[in-house]
Amino acid sequence: MSEVANTIFSPELAARFDHLVTIYPMRRSALVPMLLYAQDEIGYVSEAVITEIAQRIGLLELDVRNVLSYYSMLRTKPAGKYNVQVCTNISCMLRGGYEILDHCKAKLGIGHKGVTPDGVFSLEEVECIGACCWAPAMQVNYDFHENLTPAKVDEILETYRNGQGKDVK
Amino acid sequence: MPTLVSHPDEVKVLSRRFGQGAADIDKYLELDGYKAVQKAIAQGPENMAAWIIDTMKASGLRGRGGAGFPTGLKWSFVPKQSDKPKYVLVNGDESEPGTCKDHVLFLHDPHAVIEGTMIAGLAIGSKLGFIYLRGEYRYLLKIVEKAVADAYAKGFLGKNIFGSGIDFDIITQTGAGAYEVGEESALMESLEGKRGVPRIKPPFPAVVGLYGGPTVINNAETIASAPHILLMGGEAYAKLGSERNGGTRLFGISGHVERPGIYELPMGYNLKKAIYEVAGGIKDGKKLKAVVPGGSSCPVLLPEEIDVGLDFDQMGKAGTMLGSGGIVVLDETVSIVEFAMRVISFYQHESCGWCIPCREGTDWIKKTLTRVYAGGGVKKDIDSVQYLAENMMGRTFCPLGDAAAMPTLGFVKKFRKEFEDYIEGHKAGTPVITVQDLVGAH
Amino acid sequence: MPDVTLTVDGKKITAPAGTLLIDACKSAGIEIPAFCYYPGLSLQAACRMCVVRIEKIGKLQTACTTTVAEGMIVHTETAEIAQSRKAMLQFVLANHPLDCPVCDAGGECELQDMTFKYGAADSFFTEPKNHREEQQWSPAVYFDRPRCILCYRCVRVCGEGMDVFALGIQNRNSASVIAPNVPADISPDHAAHLDCEQCGMCIDVCPVGALTSGTYRYKTRPWEMNHVSTICTHCGDGCKTTLGVRSTSDGSEIVRGDNRDKSGINGDFLCNKGRYSFDFANSDDRITHPLVRQSNGELKPVSWEEAFDHIGKRFRELRDTRGGRSMGVIGGNRLTNEEAYLLQKFARTVLGTNNIDHHRTADYAAFAQALAGQADRTASLRDTLKAPAILLVGGDPTNQAPGTAWNIRTNVRQNRARLYVVNSSEIKLRRQAKAFVRLAPFGYDSFAAFLTGDDAAASGAVSDTNALSAFRDTIKAEENLLIVIGSELRGAELKKLIDFGLTIPGAKFALLGGYANSRGAADMGLLPDLLPGYTPIADTNSFVEYNAPAEPGLDMLEIFDAAGRGELSALYVVNSNPVARYSVDPAALKNTFVVVQEMFLTETAALADVILPAANLYEKSGSVTNSYGDLQQVRKAGDRAGVRTDFEMIVRIADKMGADVRKLVPFGKGLRADMGQSRGAQSGEADRHAVWLTANNLEPKLSPFDPYAILDEIQRLVPGYNLLRLQLLSGNDQHLQPAASGLVQINTRRDLVLPANDALFTSGTLGRYSASMNDLRQHQEGQKSAQLSETAAD
Ligand SMILES: Cc1cc2nc3c(=O)[nH]c(=O)nc-3n(C[C@H](O)[C@H](O)[C@H](O)COP(=O)(O)O)c2cc1C
Ligand code: SF4
Ligand code: FES
Repeated sequence: MSEVANTIFSPELAARFDHLVTIYPMRRSALVPMLLYAQDEIGYVSEAVITEIAQRIGLLELDVRNVLSYYSMLRTKPAGKYNVQVCTNISCMLRGGYEILDHCKAKLGIGHKGVTPDGVFSLEEVECIGACCWAPAMQVNYDFHENLTPAKVDEILETYRNGQGKDVK
Repeated sequence: MPTLVSHPDEVKVLSRRFGQGAADIDKYLELDGYKAVQKAIAQGPENMAAWIIDTMKASGLRGRGGAGFPTGLKWSFVPKQSDKPKYVLVNGDESEPGTCKDHVLFLHDPHAVIEGTMIAGLAIGSKLGFIYLRGEYRYLLKIVEKAVADAYAKGFLGKNIFGSGIDFDIITQTGAGAYEVGEESALMESLEGKRGVPRIKPPFPAVVGLYGGPTVINNAETIASAPHILLMGGEAYAKLGSERNGGTRLFGISGHVERPGIYELPMGYNLKKAIYEVAGGIKDGKKLKAVVPGGSSCPVLLPEEIDVGLDFDQMGKAGTMLGSGGIVVLDETVSIVEFAMRVISFYQHESCGWCIPCREGTDWIKKTLTRVYAGGGVKKDIDSVQYLAENMMGRTFCPLGDAAAMPTLGFVKKFRKEFEDYIEGHKAGTPVITVQDLVGAH
Repeated sequence: MPDVTLTVDGKKITAPAGTLLIDACKSAGIEIPAFCYYPGLSLQAACRMCVVRIEKIGKLQTACTTTVAEGMIVHTETAEIAQSRKAMLQFVLANHPLDCPVCDAGGECELQDMTFKYGAADSFFTEPKNHREEQQWSPAVYFDRPRCILCYRCVRVCGEGMDVFALGIQNRNSASVIAPNVPADISPDHAAHLDCEQCGMCIDVCPVGALTSGTYRYKTRPWEMNHVSTICTHCGDGCKTTLGVRSTSDGSEIVRGDNRDKSGINGDFLCNKGRYSFDFANSDDRITHPLVRQSNGELKPVSWEEAFDHIGKRFRELRDTRGGRSMGVIGGNRLTNEEAYLLQKFARTVLGTNNIDHHRTADYAAFAQALAGQADRTASLRDTLKAPAILLVGGDPTNQAPGTAWNIRTNVRQNRARLYVVNSSEIKLRRQAKAFVRLAPFGYDSFAAFLTGDDAAASGAVSDTNALSAFRDTIKAEENLLIVIGSELRGAELKKLIDFGLTIPGAKFALLGGYANSRGAADMGLLPDLLPGYTPIADTNSFVEYNAPAEPGLDMLEIFDAAGRGELSALYVVNSNPVARYSVDPAALKNTFVVVQEMFLTETAALADVILPAANLYEKSGSVTNSYGDLQQVRKAGDRAGVRTDFEMIVRIADKMGADVRKLVPFGKGLRADMGQSRGAQSGEADRHAVWLTANNLEPKLSPFDPYAILDEIQRLVPGYNLLRLQLLSGNDQHLQPAASGLVQINTRRDLVLPANDALFTSGTLGRYSASMNDLRQHQEGQKSAQLSETAAD
């Protein structure tokens, strides 16, 4: 049984949260990971997520919002099922990061922070993701794709569209 | 999966287990895993801490996170007696553009980080360590989580580690997208569930850190070096490197080179050689235009300035920094105006917004350079950018402001003519691009 | 802490070790600019304005976070520093709109002042400023986002100072914004709102015009107002407030209440009532003509002369035919001391009756009696800020005495004072408490009995009697304990608690009353059985000159009972609404001649035969005494044509009754005049007059309408009111000790205490006429119901 009755999370995640808040010297330490894990499951940080997490940790909702809005990976609006994050920071830029981004835009027909009408993909231009030596690179959800070319991007998007892409969580 | 590269000039200390499946604990054990921590414990409860710290001091190891602070000395600052628990905090937030060395470390040798954390814990008398990974590194977090779980399963972590009578636990933690959280005190705030805004210093983390307790915070690579140092001895490690810069480090060479990748080179290794020999020279036979030597925060070097040793002191003398070891190579085709704009966009996006000069300075430099790049610049803009950057330098709350100002100053000073020509050339022209807009954190 | 010596700008200064450089410099007269630094709140080092050069340190350092050290050499104004500050201002101004001409803060803006000083007005930015929309967070709080310079003062004062935490910081980088706790997304009207105590402290601390108040916004410019320092009329804390007034066609209108003068007993603090609820004074509902009821039952406006003639004649007749003892007098909780004193003197000496009472909001008589003969046992409000330990029994300062709550919180935060809370409700201050004892309903008597050693009483107070024992031990081990008592405790239980407290070395006491001068009303003897200073009626020595009846009079309830029986010939109500408070049956007064001095047509005024339009506390001069016994001066700020002060009206009625006014108000005895200062905004003439008189060797004398004419008598006759006039007239508070003499049987006195129980958005009858207070109450109720419906929908 989850600590919170009527939890909005799956039993697994609820159980994980029950545990997570206990392992730190201070309950609040679980906040950032919890927000991220909640987002992974729900798709975004909804009002209900804010309410439940505030309750689980014993914080004001305002506090949760203050923190949540600081971190760029956390979003309060739904993204696509597969969030394509193209790095355009310097190492990637030098090796064609912007071409990859433009290619994705054209291919998916959406811009920065856009979501395709079918909700399968969303696109984001992101800062350095720590794959500089294998540039240009992008992440689809948490999965890395490196040494990209437009052709390779097409293949990757196709695999995801067919539901065969890796979905690291 | 990141490709591994290698070069004969490499000296493989940290990277010696790369590509051998050492993420598996049994493999790690086969490759001298968890021997260093046992060697430390074997010094006996009285001598252990002092022995570790002395060895680390002798190794000449300097922090791999960017600032290059001597690690042994840092550990020795932690008070022996403390009312509050002490902590070890491993900084795996790796977000400096051009840097991806911790990425391979977590991927190929996570146990080295765990063992290093234990050693730091023994050195300062801490019972709890945290390994904090940036949120984007989820797949690496899973690898590290598994490694930690395996270490618990073997009884290496938890109660009475290696029969020492000492308990040690490790908690893995994830961020959620914020470069500033790599700054040590901001990292602690983040780990305490707060906004990643840095803290006022002093007090320094060694005295008042995480949860108010004395805390050693080190970069993941720094920490992972510790087991190797204890095994080979401080002096032997020191000898691998250059004067006052012990050992080797993982250099990431990226950008316009033939063979980009992570190479482990001795400290003091020549930068020019690293680019032209180790990384195979400039891609497609183009000409070198500039080098950003240690992550995007470091002032740019011109081709004539790169005959310099890759260590903290020599790079400092060359007017730049060794930083995080991420060498970014720019060939002749690169527009410095665009490059400078992209760099400042990053700092603008990542500024935590706490202090006036960084929050507003990055924003206005970005706006100005964006307009210049789009073709709407006037010569006075170059002076404005320089004025803004100069007035950020040394006046911000944390070093991020400097990290934004330094490269900017480097670009406008060393490439002033290119800026002028660019402005001149685009005077009447239409904007060359529609500039991507990264305003706001969301 | 030992002192250290350092050199600042070539000047040697000393400061206690641990002092922040910025404070040390300030004490030495060296002002270091700062936006984010605010004394008493956590340090930020965010604005970088306070940078100074400390020798031997590479970078400029922030004076707001550096503590002084022996031998430190500091430069605070060099070219380098000026350049750095100028640049910070340029950075800020890059986004700050230059709408100073219409900004509320224009003329009082820290950013404006600094820009003036460092000359950063030249802007070299051509890009558009980052747009941010303006928001109305509540009827009281507006946020002009573009003007915000992100100093975080508001966030800290709300969280650390108020313990409300209604403001946060959201987003990061240049998109950072201050945000209220009800985001637009979940708000029924899709706009962001504040769900808070609406104290306005955020507005107060804002260095620029980003946070502005609904009541003052775009009303006027700071330099077009006169600023009058006076005392808030609302609760018993008696906070010092500065009223901004401006001339209108029929007087002078109060347009702003704030706390720019931070020297008062409330320090930095002012609550929503002090800040906004002055507006009842400007209400259109005010009565501005004397009204006399005609034979057809209608109220007709008459001239003042006619009204006074009528009252004088009737009062005299009724006194002479039916006797003074057939007349009743009821005074208010917001009269000045001088008026309250005059009113009871008028009743006792002119009407010849002790039938006088007021709405008693706390049992000050019992309090004074319990402390009779003790010295230095009563606390000032200032003590709540310094006492090492505080025991709060009953009361809910957060809602009823916000200044007290602020001080206690500050004391706990800054000095680690130990707070112990004992209450039958979970009051908010328990969050600051080291220990909280939740009493059973009506458990105060048992609790007090338990403290005094009656162990058997414990079970009447709490269920966990062991814990209560431990609690008693802890309290007993305290020294210099400050015991703050809520108005729930009275009579015998109050005495028990005080008796216990008296066993603790250095313990001091305070009893929380309802309104600005509830304490004064009691001190001044608006009581049927006690003369001023809680002097028993029977004690004829001190007040021999009164020649008053020797029998106690009728109390509040008895007065109305007598009226019901047809035995009350006249009732004189001065600034009070007993009909509503005590649910008096209007029919009871049908055979009584009722005179009411009021601002509004209250339930009581509606029954009157004559209504005299009265000035309020913001429109007169005199003194008031807060719950703690701190005496303070009130000064005239507002002015409304057609109204008069109660003081003046009492004197006029006495005169029309044929009384010797000279005896009632000893204005002619040749005493020295406190002319001028006492008259507030319109001061000056009397002052000049006095100068002229003195210069011509003539003796300045006061008018019989001048409240200060009676101050000497109060000082002479009322035990405990041996005040320092200079202190009073210079606007400083002074603590008075009640010095009850003689004994009244507390146990047999009737308990007529009816606690005011006002919360943050009510203030007795008066509160009903404050539009701003009502708006805020509605706003807060709206927030609550929105939250309820939200949870219901889940
Ligand atoms: C803006 C900023 C970002 C930083 N990011 C990182 C980072 O991602 N990883 C890291 O190890 N150190 C980072 N640092 C440096 C840390 O503050 C700290 O110096 C380091 O973790 C200390 O470890 P070391 O002594 O092993 O280098 C950053 C510093 C700043 C000012
Ligand atoms: S320099 Fe200032 S705004 Fe920038 S990251 Fe550091 S504290 Fe935040
Ligand atoms: S007052 Fe020191 S930085 Fe703002």
